[in-house]
Amino acid sequence: MNHLLRSLAPISDSGWKMLDEEARERLTPALAARRLVDFSGPHGWEYSATNLGRTSPLASAPCDGVTGVQRRVLPLVEVRADFELSLAELRDADRGAEDADLEALDEAAHQIAVAENVAVFQGWPGAITGIGEASPHEPIPLGDQPDHYPRPVAAAVESLLHNGISGPYGLALGGEQYQQVARTAEHGGYPLLEHLRKILDGPIVWAPGVGGAVVLSLRGGDFLFESGQDLSIGYSGHDAETVRLYLEESFSFRVATPEAAVALTVDQPATP
Amino acid sequence: MGFDQYHEPPEELPPATRTFARLCASLTEEAEAIGWYEQRIAVETDPEALAVMRDAQGEEFKHFAMDLEFLLRRSPAWREIAQGVLFRTGSIVQHGEEAEAEALEGDGPDEAAQDGSLGIRSLRGARR
Repeated sequence: MNHLLRSLAPISDSGWKMLDEEARERLTPALAARRLVDFSGPHGWEYSATNLGRTSPLASAPCDGVTGVQRRVLPLVEVRADFELSLAELRDADRGAEDADLEALDEAAHQIAVAENVAVFQGWPGAITGIGEASPHEPIPLGDQPDHYPRPVAAAVESLLHNGISGPYGLALGGEQYQQVARTAEHGGYPLLEHLRKILDGPIVWAPGVGGAVVLSLRGGDFLFESGQDLSIGYSGHDAETVRLYLEESFSFRVATPEAAVALTVDQPATP
Repeated sequence: MGFDQYHEPPEELPPATRTFARLCASLTEEAEAIGWYEQRIAVETDPEALAVMRDAQGEEFKHFAMDLEFLLRRSPAWREIAQGVLFRTGSIVQHGEEAEAEALEGDGPDEAAQDGSLGIRSLRGARR
């Protein structure tokens, strides 16, 4: 048994299979960063820090005749979303019920995906520098008309090209912006999504939680996501009626080439 | 028609494994065809026949690449090792050993199952 303590939960094997499948189904479409940045790992729950290959000077040495420096590392963060499920619902699922109420799991899955997206694209103060905040390029306003989006997206691609950043390029679109783009056909009925894909020569990704959008190069080596424990469901405790579970992961993220991305901004706050 | 791409009884294999095995068989066939065309091109003297065979071999290159990409998308450990070896200059053997050590040290597919995670990992190239 590992730290997730799954075998202590009053949940059958088929129940765990159902919960894992439900979580996977909910998480996979929403994990935008994993569609666009380099992924390494998982390296396990014990893995605590990413090697940066850099050192910091030390003010003194332990004795005369030697010098010393201290290695710098990037500590992993742990993200956890707690939720509770009804044991009666899980028992019904064991009997073959196809409509078990797993809403709390769905909500936790959404929240942890949002956390990962926000940390990677916008940053997590004190823990992670996000792609948008690291970019040295002036953010480009997206505007409030989706059918005008091709212009700022093309400007972002042009800015990357001018800086010698090759493609293909990807576009992470905040939840609200993605919805608007998906619904929009430009004059003549040409789907806006297709137009944007042609400009980018790469994918457009739904990034719930992200405000605005980010255009970034997909050539590799620029944005590095390092997974310790990959997303997992663990067990906290239970009583006669409910079981307390959590979704959890550990990871670090670093931007190796800040100029390989351009942030696109919106005026209004984004909704997850 | 033979079903010898299956090493285990097909009815005991999950659909995803059968699909994986089919594409592995297809990958092998494309590699064989590339080798056959290479030999035919080496001995052919008719320029028109050579042009046709070079074109046909190009098709096999494409098929091989498509099969390989499919398989790599379905096998994260294979993909990770391939990323450490393919399209790089330097020692192929050294890159292979390093990529294997890195990929299998912390996270083979079996280990992913043992660690209790959902096994999501990278979604690069995945469909929504």
